[in-house]
Amino acid sequence: MSKRVGLEASHAAAEAARMADVDVIAAYPITPQTHIPERLAEMVANGELNAAYIPVESEHSALSACLGAAAVGARTFTATAGQGLELMHEVVYVASSMRYPIVMTICNRALSAPLSVWGDHSDAMAVRDTGWIQVFCQNNQEAFDMTLWAFRVGEDSRVLFPVMVHFDGFHLSHVTEPVILPEQKEVDKFLPRFQYPFALNPDKPMTHGAFGPPDIYAEAKVAQEVAFRKSKGVIIQGFKEFGDIFGRYYHPVEPYKTEGARTLLLTMGSFSETAKIAIDTKKNKGESVGLLNLRLWRPFPFKELRQAVKDAETLIVFDRCISFGGPGGPVSSEVRSALYNEKERPRVVSFVGGLGGRDMSVKDFEYVIDRGREIVEKGSEELFETVGIRGKVTGIRG
Amino acid sequence: MEGKFIKIGKNRVTADEFVAEGHSFCVGCGEALALRLACKALGRDVIIANATGCIEICTSPLPLTSWRVPWIHTLFENTAAEISGIEAGLKILMKKGKMPERDIKCVAVAGDGGTSDIGMQALSGAFERKHDFLYLCFDNEAYMNTGIQRSSATPYGASTTTAPAGKLSIGQTTWKKNMAEIAVAHDIPYVATACPSYPFDLINKVKKGGEVKGPAYVHIFSPCPTGWRYSTDLTIEIGRLAVETGIFPLYEVENGRYKLNVDRPKLRPVEEYLKPQGRFRHLLDEEIEKIQEHVNEEYAKLKAKIACFAA
Amino acid sequence: MAEKRLKTGSDFTWKDMEVGNIVTEVGNASVRKTGDWRTERPILDKEKCTKCALCWIYCPDAAIKPSEEGYYESDLYYCKGCGICASVCPAGAITMIEEEEK
Repeated sequence: MSKRVGLEASHAAAEAARMADVDVIAAYPITPQTHIPERLAEMVANGELNAAYIPVESEHSALSACLGAAAVGARTFTATAGQGLELMHEVVYVASSMRYPIVMTICNRALSAPLSVWGDHSDAMAVRDTGWIQVFCQNNQEAFDMTLWAFRVGEDSRVLFPVMVHFDGFHLSHVTEPVILPEQKEVDKFLPRFQYPFALNPDKPMTHGAFGPPDIYAEAKVAQEVAFRKSKGVIIQGFKEFGDIFGRYYHPVEPYKTEGARTLLLTMGSFSETAKIAIDTKKNKGESVGLLNLRLWRPFPFKELRQAVKDAETLIVFDRCISFGGPGGPVSSEVRSALYNEKERPRVVSFVGGLGGRDMSVKDFEYVIDRGREIVEKGSEELFETVGIRGKVTGIRG
Repeated sequence: MEGKFIKIGKNRVTADEFVAEGHSFCVGCGEALALRLACKALGRDVIIANATGCIEICTSPLPLTSWRVPWIHTLFENTAAEISGIEAGLKILMKKGKMPERDIKCVAVAGDGGTSDIGMQALSGAFERKHDFLYLCFDNEAYMNTGIQRSSATPYGASTTTAPAGKLSIGQTTWKKNMAEIAVAHDIPYVATACPSYPFDLINKVKKGGEVKGPAYVHIFSPCPTGWRYSTDLTIEIGRLAVETGIFPLYEVENGRYKLNVDRPKLRPVEEYLKPQGRFRHLLDEEIEKIQEHVNEEYAKLKAKIACFAA
Repeated sequence: MAEKRLKTGSDFTWKDMEVGNIVTEVGNASVRKTGDWRTERPILDKEKCTKCALCWIYCPDAAIKPSEEGYYESDLYYCKGCGICASVCPAGAITMIEEEEK
């Protein structure tokens, strides 16, 4: 019998790792992720989870220990946020290029300086190119679901890539929401035992991590990219299998009331739910609006995005990160790029807000939609606009 | 060659080569010899995690590998963290019945740079958590693979490319960081120093370190003809001089109890060790005197520790 | 000594790469002919040799191999000519001579 409990997203993620019977956890505490390693340590100490919990001395060592554990065939999990993700940055690239299917929760946190423990997407944007499969969660149920899904997809022998499950620091990590927890036997049906085909073992010695001279490095990276793109098939299959067993179906791009909408708003993470209320409010007034929740961030869902926006005139993209000196919010620049070659495409407008824990209200999203439409009509001198910043922002020019 | 042994005096050493012939270590490399001997001490039931450095580069150029045992390299400073994950992973998989129980030694291999500089944090953490692993530091006293840059293991007065001897400098102006004592301070069951010029002592110590339950650390002196600038045939001689002058004493610390493995009634003057090496060529008599004084003092301290905490 | 076919990166297309670039053929680096590095080579005087095997244990390249007769001789495919064997031999049975022009 599945049960409905009140859980923070952090505890939901920890619970998912427990139900997945994870073998090794190597984690270092950092706000706002701390409730994840704390809950896991508690589970291990009480015998609720039979795992090795390694209290490493830094995030760099956390992911490095995960590399070692995955290399010998252990199901491996860790979590971090913000500065922690930055500290392990070089290891992040290694995990994907060496094809270790580690699952890592990121409680999205702003990057220093100034120091901020509060949420935004700058930590996620810094690891765009690292070759991990990446998804964003809107709520705590998804935090649980996507963690289970991550093990299933990452460990699939046709994939063998690590997976990041992103959810907003504080907005989700520290907020209790109802979460439906499935029965263990359903989880076992969905998630087979991890059988890593290249486990280090004296019975079958092999070399992991030989270095790449110039005459072979390029081929190695291209092979990685091709395999990464191919993982999309298993990603979609994983979403379907998840839905078939647990009844909740997820998609790379999730349209919300977009039929016939001339103006679309694209958001990622927990703010999508707030934005949906703004959509409802405006629709009640007869406005032609809709929302796209971008769930699958890497590999980027080009096909699904193009399909979702093909009838729209305006596409407003909301980012929780500034790409300094670059083309506005990172998500908006990727969306623009994805649509560039389309014969018919909406005008893309970029907004940045929600930085360092700055909240976005329903009214703020209504403003974004209104101002976005105005920019398309009248133009703007700025490359992107901000929302929720005190003082008029100018000088964001090319 | 499986199972064949070579007898040398009263010692029996396996004829198996775990690092294949045809590696690209320099001509006369002390580290290559030390590695060869260490692997003979460890055997087949190992998983080796190797830091970036001479050993890693000389043994693993895609698509080739010199390794005949399970081996992994990821990054430079994380070897101890990596081996922690390997050790914990193996243990839990066996505990959960996901793999058959067996003895697999978890061994970390790194250079002096990857240990006493950039690798220090991860090593300290792995020691503190008391993982069951053996850490071998192959010390050629600089970042040799990238071109002889100084490390905290570079000895006082040595010329390296980033602390070169010049008009205003004698080269390294700090004394060599004592990694063995740092390991002892972590209260681990086994710490030893070794040198390939004493091959059976080295093999014995690596074997012991591999068998001990809990963290073990062996610091292996690795003479480098390329970086230290001496004739390639002198590697063994240089290693012997290091020990006989007291510059690199050979000792073990088992559960805090000290034992000196090689002692002489009178140490040879350090000059005999310094003179054959180009990296010390610029040193004046007063600097050599300073080094002699320092070695005398450190050796006396070690003898005092041995007397105080005798095995 | 027959030249072993050298497998280099240039033989590989991107499709040939193993998952994670692992190398499963243990010790395949032994195809490399490091004997080409030599400027000097060791010569063994079997009259003086006591078969003590010290040269075998001190060779950094594992290039010295026990022979059928119980001597220890350099495998010239690998021997880099460092001269360590000559310097450690207690019987003075090994001398280094200039590598011959091929």
